[in-house]
Amino acid sequence: MKALVSVKRVVDYNVRIQVKPDGSGVVTDGVKFSVNPFDEIAMEEAVRLKEKGKITEIVAVTIGGAKCEETLRTALAFGADRAVHVKEEGEVQPLTAAQALAAVFKKEGANLFLLGKQAIDDDANQTGQMVAALLDLPQATFASKVELEASKATVTREVDAGLETLEIDLPAVITADLRLNEPRYLKLPDIMKAKKKPIEAVTLADLGVTAGAGLKASKTVAPPKRSKGVVVKTVDELIAALKGKGLI
Amino acid sequence: MQFTHEHQQIYDTTKKFVETEINPHVLEWEKAGFWPAHEVLKKMGGLGLLGISKPDSVGGLGLDYSYQVAFAEALGFCTCGGIPMAIGVQTDMATPALARFGSDYLKENFLKPAVAGEMVAAIAVSEPGAGSDVAGIKTTARKVGEEYVISGSKLWITNGTQADWACMLVNSGEGDRHGNKSLIVVPLDAKGVDRRQKLDKLGQRSSDTAMIFLDEVRVPARNLIGQEGKGFTYQMQQFQEERLFLSASIIAAMERVIDDTAAYTRQRQAFGQSILDNQYVQFRLSELKTEVEALRALTYRATTELVAGRDAALLASMAKLKSGRLGREVTDACLQFWGGQGYMWESSVAQFYRDLRLHSIGGGADEVMLGIISKRLGYGGKRKPS
Repeated sequence: MKALVSVKRVVDYNVRIQVKPDGSGVVTDGVKFSVNPFDEIAMEEAVRLKEKGKITEIVAVTIGGAKCEETLRTALAFGADRAVHVKEEGEVQPLTAAQALAAVFKKEGANLFLLGKQAIDDDANQTGQMVAALLDLPQATFASKVELEASKATVTREVDAGLETLEIDLPAVITADLRLNEPRYLKLPDIMKAKKKPIEAVTLADLGVTAGAGLKASKTVAPPKRSKGVVVKTVDELIAALKGKGLI
Repeated sequence: MQFTHEHQQIYDTTKKFVETEINPHVLEWEKAGFWPAHEVLKKMGGLGLLGISKPDSVGGLGLDYSYQVAFAEALGFCTCGGIPMAIGVQTDMATPALARFGSDYLKENFLKPAVAGEMVAAIAVSEPGAGSDVAGIKTTARKVGEEYVISGSKLWITNGTQADWACMLVNSGEGDRHGNKSLIVVPLDAKGVDRRQKLDKLGQRSSDTAMIFLDEVRVPARNLIGQEGKGFTYQMQQFQEERLFLSASIIAAMERVIDDTAAYTRQRQAFGQSILDNQYVQFRLSELKTEVEALRALTYRATTELVAGRDAALLASMAKLKSGRLGREVTDACLQFWGGQGYMWESSVAQFYRDLRLHSIGGGADEVMLGIISKRLGYGGKRKPS
């Protein structure tokens, strides 16, 4: 069974994001980038499934500019066998990404598409669902547990009411939630071996996809600063204060 | 020195290991005055962290020293100074000479297990009567048949209470004090080794430090590293790695102290404003950050020289000197801004105030570095004969 895992290059979660003065986006120069943590969890799950003998090959895929090769090298160090780099220097919106990933999935003839439930940069949470729709495949999103059999997957997901268990036929799309697993440490020998693993470069055009621009970002602003709090002495005072603000 | 993707990955793995496997235990280990070296090093060995610049033949990665510097720098994320230093003993102080000059037998039986994290190593150079003056050591090794018989004592031995073996500098002959020494691998469970005395230190408390007495300790002659009489030279060479490691390993710690100080002074109010609102505090912290960045640049430049195969002694000594001095300056200046809170034992600034103080003493005191630098620059005259 072949698994495709997509990994996105995002600003590292430790970086304090700064909005560009002209509001056209966030500052990315001189900022640390790493693999989207949810994708890392998806990759870890694929590697565990491979270790259990449920998967025979893991292909990592990413879309983006030259720098994204580093993201793929990290995925290869995790345990992907090879990688596909969809080269695109410009902006890639969720639908374009989904179309490209769906094309790679088809081309690879993979049985399982694993990815993070969302990327921590735009938090769009759309790609997995769109890929499933484009390919007309079953989907199980926000997985917190995955069990794989030859032709089906059992996926547990955390929902408001508790745990929901889905059984889906393969091929399928599964998106990883935070509690699915804890990604391993990258071993140093694996980091060095990853340098030698193959990366195939393709373009959107090769995949028959045209970059769409259905979404337009009008402005990026930093969240408002928290204003100073007030200390109240009694519950009555609290109620009065809340009423005064029109909150109750 | 260029930080490639692989450098970054090694740095990231090390940092993650420190933050997950070490930092949660630091307070406990500091209190106990002991860290479980075998347990931690075994895990690190499994990740390939202990042999970055050691050859493939002993389980290492065979990478140049710049990768080791990335590792050392990431160890600096530890919330104390003792553990990174103790790990550095294993990777950069007790093992470089063995890797460079050791026989196949020694590499197989001592270096390979150290790289795998199955054995804990120590470096035994200093003595009660000689520290910075390395050539003045008194411990002797007499060759009797196929054995060396070692007698003397070694002081300030990091990992000393638990290490499996020590790379020990001894006088193996008479005559010229720079030409009569040898490095010998001494198993610390050998008969005649007494290492019960754990030392009570000002800082670096989680790292165990021992005084080791050697009473007619018999070690096979094949435990000699390289050639007899070359020990002093080997040790001087081995100091290059040690100095670069030490410099790189406290950069992140100093940055942590400055960042913690900014965070603390930002919320601490006095006279109607935060402490950080005082330009004096802002400027001081900015200046210290600049100094740390300059130390990083110097450390990288020394590393570049070492990697290129050029003599890095001048730059490595400068980096070592600067890191020791700056460690004191940063922690002292920051502790002042914390006020009483900084004087509390468990505050992060007090931790490093104690721990980083060692860096102007251990691994060659500031004054030894200044001596080397002066000599290299041609300032110093000949020393008085001793």
